Amino acid sequence: MDFGIVELSRLQFAMTAMYHFLFVPLTLGLSIIVAIMETVYVMTNRPIWRQMTKFWATLFGINFVLGVATGLTMEFQFGMNWSYYSHYVGDIFGAPLAIEGLMAFFMEATFVGLMFFGWEKLSPVKHMVVTWLVAIGSNFSALWILIANGWMQNPVGAHFNPLTMRMEMTSFFDVVFNPVAQAKFVHTVSAGYVTAAVFVMGVSSWYMLKGRHFELARRSIAVAAAFGLASALSVVILGDESGYETTHNQKMKLAAMEAMWETEPAPASFTLFGIPDQQDRETKYAIHIPWVMGLIGTRSLTEQITGIDELVKGSEERIRNGIVAYDDLLKIREAKGDVSADVEKQFNENVGDLGYAYLLKRYVDDPRQATDAQIKMAADDTVPTVWPIFWSFRLMVALGFSFIALMVYFFVVSNWKGMQYPRWALRLAVIVIPAPWIAAELGWFTAEFGRQPWTVDGVLPTALSVSHLSVGDLLFTLLGFVAFYTVLFVIEMGLMIKYIKKGPYQDVEVTQEWLQRHDDRLSGRDGNAPVTMPAE
Amino acid sequence: MILYELIPLDVLRVIWWLLLGVLLIGFALTDGFDMGVGALLPFVGKTDSERRVAINTVGPVWEGNQVWFILGGGAIFAAWPPLYAVSFSGFYLAMFLVLAALILRPVGFKYRSKRDSAAWRNGWDWALFVGGAVPALIFGVAVGNVLQGVPFEFNDMLMPLYPGNFIMKLLGLLNPYALLAGVVSLSMLMMHGAAWLSVKTEGAVKVRATEIGSVAGMVAFVAYILAGIWLAFGITGYHITSVVPDNGPSNPLFSTVEHSGSWMQAYADRPWIAIAPILGLAGIAMAVRGLRAGREVSTLLWSKLGIFGVISSVGLTMFPFILPSSKMPDASLTVWDASSSHQTLFIMLVCALIFMPLILAYTAWVYKVLWGKVTVEDVERDSHTVY
Repeated sequence: MDFGIVELSRLQFAMTAMYHFLFVPLTLGLSIIVAIMETVYVMTNRPIWRQMTKFWATLFGINFVLGVATGLTMEFQFGMNWSYYSHYVGDIFGAPLAIEGLMAFFMEATFVGLMFFGWEKLSPVKHMVVTWLVAIGSNFSALWILIANGWMQNPVGAHFNPLTMRMEMTSFFDVVFNPVAQAKFVHTVSAGYVTAAVFVMGVSSWYMLKGRHFELARRSIAVAAAFGLASALSVVILGDESGYETTHNQKMKLAAMEAMWETEPAPASFTLFGIPDQQDRETKYAIHIPWVMGLIGTRSLTEQITGIDELVKGSEERIRNGIVAYDDLLKIREAKGDVSADVEKQFNENVGDLGYAYLLKRYVDDPRQATDAQIKMAADDTVPTVWPIFWSFRLMVALGFSFIALMVYFFVVSNWKGMQYPRWALRLAVIVIPAPWIAAELGWFTAEFGRQPWTVDGVLPTALSVSHLSVGDLLFTLLGFVAFYTVLFVIEMGLMIKYIKKGPYQDVEVTQEWLQRHDDRLSGRDGNAPVTMPAE
Repeated sequence: MILYELIPLDVLRVIWWLLLGVLLIGFALTDGFDMGVGALLPFVGKTDSERRVAINTVGPVWEGNQVWFILGGGAIFAAWPPLYAVSFSGFYLAMFLVLAALILRPVGFKYRSKRDSAAWRNGWDWALFVGGAVPALIFGVAVGNVLQGVPFEFNDMLMPLYPGNFIMKLLGLLNPYALLAGVVSLSMLMMHGAAWLSVKTEGAVKVRATEIGSVAGMVAFVAYILAGIWLAFGITGYHITSVVPDNGPSNPLFSTVEHSGSWMQAYADRPWIAIAPILGLAGIAMAVRGLRAGREVSTLLWSKLGIFGVISSVGLTMFPFILPSSKMPDASLTVWDASSSHQTLFIMLVCALIFMPLILAYTAWVYKVLWGKVTVEDVERDSHTVY
């Protein structure tokens, strides 16, 4: 096994996936914000809301297209770079990807053209429905992708078939309603909504600071603050942790996130700060807050969170069981399934640990020949590198809480303080625009780096999942992606900034005229009595 | 769940083989004209407005069309995991080139008219040309290689392996027969793009499109016949020599395969499949006539029929093979040993039966809403909302 290939494949996947996720969160959230704005337009028939819809939809479009383009890479990369993975779990993992195409992506992509080209060809209500279908399609997309990803974290509803040498589905229901997947879905789309809300608030604040497009900006902030507040609460409260107790490796990830080397009596304390030391298995300079971790991790005061050392001992035992399963597997394959009931029974008892035997393939070709020292090393491999997970998780959580604070503030000012935003708040809103992206990337990093050394938790090690490629292949495509994606990113940012600077450019006259009339009506200049309570 | 046993495994396998064909053909019929228009772009539009006309004929629909391709990838993953694993990694660099070209396309459509500079627009015109022509060519090259067999093998853990270094692997794909197949697919999709443009445009763009399209159609016609003759006399076929395990586990190594004889044996065994190449040739010929006579909708329909015939002729000729291996014939993937499990195939079929009709219905509605010609006046009047 060539370690270079594994590292390069991981690097390429991480890079292309994280790049893809620069565009996805904004698509998820902005599609809904645009649909909300258009709904207000259809209900009130006020041109300002149509202008807002079209303006934010333009920015949505610039972002959306790169999400689609880079999503192509994701769909193909499993087969291109992870061919053994694709063979080994395609029977389960492929299904949600295909359903995503059938149910969600087709809808989103078919209607997005009409969303931009259909203003003249559709009635307002029909156009609004089209916009909603795009938003719903994108969000359903996320659901199926996260069902696929959730299965990698918690592989339920499947069993190993020795004759086809792969995992096969036993319960579609279990795969779809995998608790890890459901938690991930809520967490991820909420994060997307926060991203879009921060983006809309930031851009609108910039307009306010510049004294431009005030009417568009204040209405946009009102929508974004309300939508963003609900989402920011949802991200944190309905966090991603509910599934961390389900499997051995999810427990390992939780322990790594907390740098919890030894099992503590329940409820465990939360390490606010510390420098994890993988070598000595301790966290230096740690500042603990009692009880909090137990509450976050288990939602109880009595359940324990298992520490890393204890989990490694468990891994060692599972490796030994896995070797038994591996031995039986060879017998079954040799006889094409025609083996004695005893062998079959023993195999079925241990097959759940077969993946652990594969961990030995890094050290020895035939896991049955492994020495005790090698088993020990393989067991140690089940601990991911702790400090990056520990820190990325903390940073993400801190950002998450700061979004709640930001949204609460803007929500209060927009609803009860007459939308009189102080300049410092507007500046802050502009500055934090990149923050939700950082938080989202950190979140993915925590989840996926924390899953190591597995691609599918406990079933298939990452090192075994790769394609039989050469270093030359990988360097070529890796450099190709870096160059290509960098150019695209520069172009995208350039266009985004250009169109933000340009501001709303559609329906300018009709909106201006309406605003004038609206203003006259409110102030009584149109001859009627002044309206004391503005309608919006 | 016992429900899935309602349909026997071998029947499901054939259904999914057909659905694979439906997806590939659906992709070629819809996204095919997008790629054709891309490949025709530098030739049909001499001015910026004319090029924008061509781009805007596909502007609102290419995104949905492209999903046929993405769904094709997803469906192969779900229903034919070994095929997905072997082909995507075996054609690694070719897939990367397709990917790069296909990424250029959405970006080109969306970003081209977002700035006024001529250099910017010129650059994206080339991106759209590459994004249309390169995949159209490579898909044919891939089919040409599949017909000859691809050098892969499995180890005892069913891990797919391929010999050779990466440059040689890429160059090995560009053999004469594969290039001929590439000519078939590129010229056929250019003809299809021209047929689309003749429906959706008028004036100079339409005239140029029909002229180039009819030449492309004739090239496709001749190249397809040549490829057929070459296949009959110059390419060795594959056949299964062991008992055919219709309902067996999906393990390619459980059957034995011989690399000998001719693919054309299929036409002796199942004479009715000759209808596919006949439809292919008839469709292309009628599309060329239609282009020359200036007929619009009927030309597009003939062109679709031609593409349908050509693609299905490949599948029917190879049946039950999907991806034969030249290195280790026993490793060849066939309909009987490269599918998902019984349950997965069944569930995916249920999903397809629910969603495919919906997809076809709303796609048809979108095309209906967008029906009508795109003119130079349209794009010049509205320089913001259109591409």
